[in-house]
Amino acid sequence: MNTIVAICGIVIKELYRRKDFYVLFVLTAIITLALGSVSFFNDPKIARYLKEIVMLLIWVAALVIAVTMTARQIPAERENRTIFPLLAKPVTRGQVIAGKFLGCWLACGLALAVFYLFFGVVSGAREHAWPVLNYFQGFWLQWVMLGIVVGLVLLGSVVFTAPSSNTTITLVIVVGILLLGGHLNRLALQQAEPFRTFIYTIYFLIPHLEWYDVRDLMVYDHPLVPWVDCVLATLYAAVYISLLLVGTWAVFRRKAVNV
Amino acid sequence: MQEKLSLCCSGNILRKTAGLSLTAMEETILETKNLRVEYKAQKKGSGKRVAVKDLNLSVRAGEVFGFLGPNGAGKTTTMNVLLGFVNPTSGAAFLFGVNVREPIARRRIGYLPELTYYYKFLTAEELLRFYARVFGMPSAEAERRIDHLLKLVELESARKRPIKTYSKGMQQRVGLAQALINNPDLLILDEPTSGLDPIGRMKVREIIQRLKSEGKTVFFSSHELGEVETICDRVAIVHQGELKVEGKVAELIEKHQTNLEQIFLKIIGYQASS
Repeated sequence: MNTIVAICGIVIKELYRRKDFYVLFVLTAIITLALGSVSFFNDPKIARYLKEIVMLLIWVAALVIAVTMTARQIPAERENRTIFPLLAKPVTRGQVIAGKFLGCWLACGLALAVFYLFFGVVSGAREHAWPVLNYFQGFWLQWVMLGIVVGLVLLGSVVFTAPSSNTTITLVIVVGILLLGGHLNRLALQQAEPFRTFIYTIYFLIPHLEWYDVRDLMVYDHPLVPWVDCVLATLYAAVYISLLLVGTWAVFRRKAVNV
Repeated sequence: MQEKLSLCCSGNILRKTAGLSLTAMEETILETKNLRVEYKAQKKGSGKRVAVKDLNLSVRAGEVFGFLGPNGAGKTTTMNVLLGFVNPTSGAAFLFGVNVREPIARRRIGYLPELTYYYKFLTAEELLRFYARVFGMPSAEAERRIDHLLKLVELESARKRPIKTYSKGMQQRVGLAQALINNPDLLILDEPTSGLDPIGRMKVREIIQRLKSEGKTVFFSSHELGEVETICDRVAIVHQGELKVEGKVAELIEKHQTNLEQIFLKIIGYQASS
């Protein structure tokens, strides 16, 4: 466990010592504050639109952070040859994968917490309301969803040689699932065989990331998601994360690191 | 042997080395048995390229062993097998009697790669703390060890500076410090003085000699044959993946009546163009 925690610590240090996070955060903050300072059409409900835009920015920024940070982990270790002194210690490849996953996921959580804090402050300042539990559910479900994304990107990083191809392919898959994943079953119904079975298979195989999108909960003050559903969603994510990590380990353990 | 024991200076090391019996000093630390490594050739249809051919080596406790050969001879591949980076096609390699396929075999070793790149966003002490944690060292012990190593490699004044600001020589020395973090019994150094200026080389050489005097086993590859002649007890020369010669440096020099460089050139079949 020491090894996994140590590797995880390095990933988190990398996040706050690189500029990526700060750039995205400052960009989100500037856009939000600029929008917040303008009064559109004298609409008193403008705060909702503002919240919607901020939430969208947070989702985009969190996805970009998760994908780009995770995609470079293993390739950078190989390219910079830092993998050699690391694997020359009593460290298994499984521990490297587990440490990298944990580090990326926790780093995403930290970044997300900062974004949500900012969102809470901006929204609270405009609406004078602090629905902390709504924010917590939104944060938790998004963070759990990011766990699946991190697992997916980590698998991509041992399959694809270039981080850029991994980033592009994973972003396309993740955005595709978020936009279309929930509609695939309806699409399948409209198709003839064998396409129907094919689309249904995809529908049941993919992780349904769109289930974790509870932005409306915070934007439109919808009632809280039942806590049982939150637990089930967490377990569902845990299963996918485990499968993805086992897959990553199975590919990585056979890879010669000196290539 | 007595001479070697008397060279030990620190109390801890003295206890450790003086406690070793003659048999223990002859304990095999590193061993390869009919080690063979084949790679797929880069060109299609060229078949397989044999990087290491049935290599048999053994390094005993307390020895400084020079692993020599021209570029492409199979030195780094052999080291990669010893470190578990590459699986052998056939044969086996052992560290402290444990097959190198087991991560536990690397518990008592330190490794310095030829080209040292470390996490550039870390400082030297953070890097060492990270590796100490990997070995599960208690933090008080780790801090003591970090202080000792940074002093040993003369990086105390730069300990809080990010590694990206270090010169090549400093990076090599931080590499040496990370290789020593667990106080290893065996050090595997891949061309430790490669690309360093004369002062950098001398500093690394001094550290190796100090480790030798502390009774550590050092297995290293180098192209600096003068350096090898000075430091090593025994050498092995490999060429095209095959072991050509293995023996004590003094005996080889006496047998061939020339220096190690000439012996090396003769063994690999080099003929100077007149």
